[in-house]
Amino acid sequence: MLKLQNVSFGVEGEHARKEILRDINLEIEDKKFIVITGPNGGGKSTLARVIAGIERPTGGKIYLDDTDITDMSVTERAKLGISFAFQQPVRFKGITVKDLIVLASGNPKLSTVGACEYLSEVGLCARDYINREVDASLSGGELKRIEIATVIARDTKLSVFDEPEAGIDLWSFNNLIRVFEKMHTEKERSILIISHQERILNIADEIVVIADGRVEKKGSKEEILPKLLEAAGGCRFYRESQEEEK
Amino acid sequence: MDAIQKNLLEQITDLHAVTQGAYNIRANGASVERNTTANIDIVTKQDKQGIDIIIKPGTKKESVHIPVLLSQSGLTEMVYNDFHIGEDCDVLIVAGCGIHNGGDKLSKHDGVHTFYIGRNSRVRYVEKHYGTGEGTGERIMNPQTVIHLEENSYMEMETVQIRGVDSTERVTKADLADGATLVIKEKLMTHGKQYAKTSFEVDLNGENSGTNVISRAVAKDSSKQLFFAKINGNNKCSGHSECDAIIMDDAKISAIPEITANHLDAALIHEAAIGKIAGDQIIKLMTLGLTEEEAESQIINGFLK
Repeated sequence: MLKLQNVSFGVEGEHARKEILRDINLEIEDKKFIVITGPNGGGKSTLARVIAGIERPTGGKIYLDDTDITDMSVTERAKLGISFAFQQPVRFKGITVKDLIVLASGNPKLSTVGACEYLSEVGLCARDYINREVDASLSGGELKRIEIATVIARDTKLSVFDEPEAGIDLWSFNNLIRVFEKMHTEKERSILIISHQERILNIADEIVVIADGRVEKKGSKEEILPKLLEAAGGCRFYRESQEEEK
Repeated sequence: MDAIQKNLLEQITDLHAVTQGAYNIRANGASVERNTTANIDIVTKQDKQGIDIIIKPGTKKESVHIPVLLSQSGLTEMVYNDFHIGEDCDVLIVAGCGIHNGGDKLSKHDGVHTFYIGRNSRVRYVEKHYGTGEGTGERIMNPQTVIHLEENSYMEMETVQIRGVDSTERVTKADLADGATLVIKEKLMTHGKQYAKTSFEVDLNGENSGTNVISRAVAKDSSKQLFFAKINGNNKCSGHSECDAIIMDDAKISAIPEITANHLDAALIHEAAIGKIAGDQIIKLMTLGLTEEEAESQIINGFLK
């Protein structure tokens, strides 16, 4: 179980201190599928980065299975079982897709066939990608899928995805939903996703709404989702774009 | 060959022993092993140090290895090796120098390799430089490569210096006839107080000649690197140079690309970028469970692969 206790995060601005996360209290139980949503600039991505250890909270404590991980490095948290998929995946010159998947799997002897399985999961034809460099020659969508494949390869207790749907086409999106469901139901892993997508919200066990650095609402999908849709329904543009998508 | 020389040989040729094709192994200033084939002859020069490698026209799928090993501290030498490659060949040439300096005297190998590549021939040339040894004596290598490419010939040159060379000045000059192509891939890493200067000068004289000069370099500690790439487009031709460097610690790197078009249809591009390892790259690998140091070395290994 991941537990955030009074977590705050602030940065020194030009004129004044800016609080990005304010006193966040959250529990993510084992095997749960949680989606964090909320307006842009509300602190969602920062929260994900604080959980992964990329940012250190300026206040509060974080526990993973009763171990205080607040002061642990990214590496230590990764080793304890936290995975993180970047919103904007990083490119590397010279490091191949296979290199990255081998590193993620933690098995230096991982065969090409083994690495290919992870790529197939995210809908990439492994033969075309396995020896390619994770560099500027890959499109944003390809990179995003490879990023998700690295998290699948890690197969850890908790996986955090920061807007996994961004830049992914519709076909891949269906595939993506299937990937999350598989991680959740078959592998019984905990999943935390930052997302605005109704279809991702729809497969969550619980939804947390973060706005202005605070937990605005949290509860079961059945409880929260109708309220969100109702609120969004007031916006004509949103309604129209949802209808178009259908 | 003793154990030290065998290790040097392995580092620069990836082989425990050269057993195939033509070869000439030079150790501590003298030729110690040589093999020639029906198509490839190796002849010792009479007027100066060095050898002539003569490859008959039409020779295909053959290789020549000419490693140089220096394990005697204080030895300095200047060697001239000339490669005469006939028409319609397809060959692999592996050169390189390994210095083990266990003493306090300066060890130095300077070499001039000149290639005469006949029409329609393809040559892959691999050159690795490596230094080792616990002594305080400096290990210096100054390789010069001169390449003459005749019509429709092709050469790919791969030059690697990853470790242990205290000071190097590398000069590569090439001239290309009609339809000839030259691809150069340089990989360089310096550390400690090392100094490396590389300079490439390519004259695209022939119609439809082309070159691509790609350098990837990493400078660590307080080492210094200086990179020059000069391409002259003297005909309808295409030229591209690219220097990509990672700077670390207190290192210094200069990249000076130069392109000159002396013909209306010369299409020339240069690119140069120097920067430290991106923080996001390290963080991404740390989220996979690597420590910061492991992440850094993965990034460098990949970059120089």
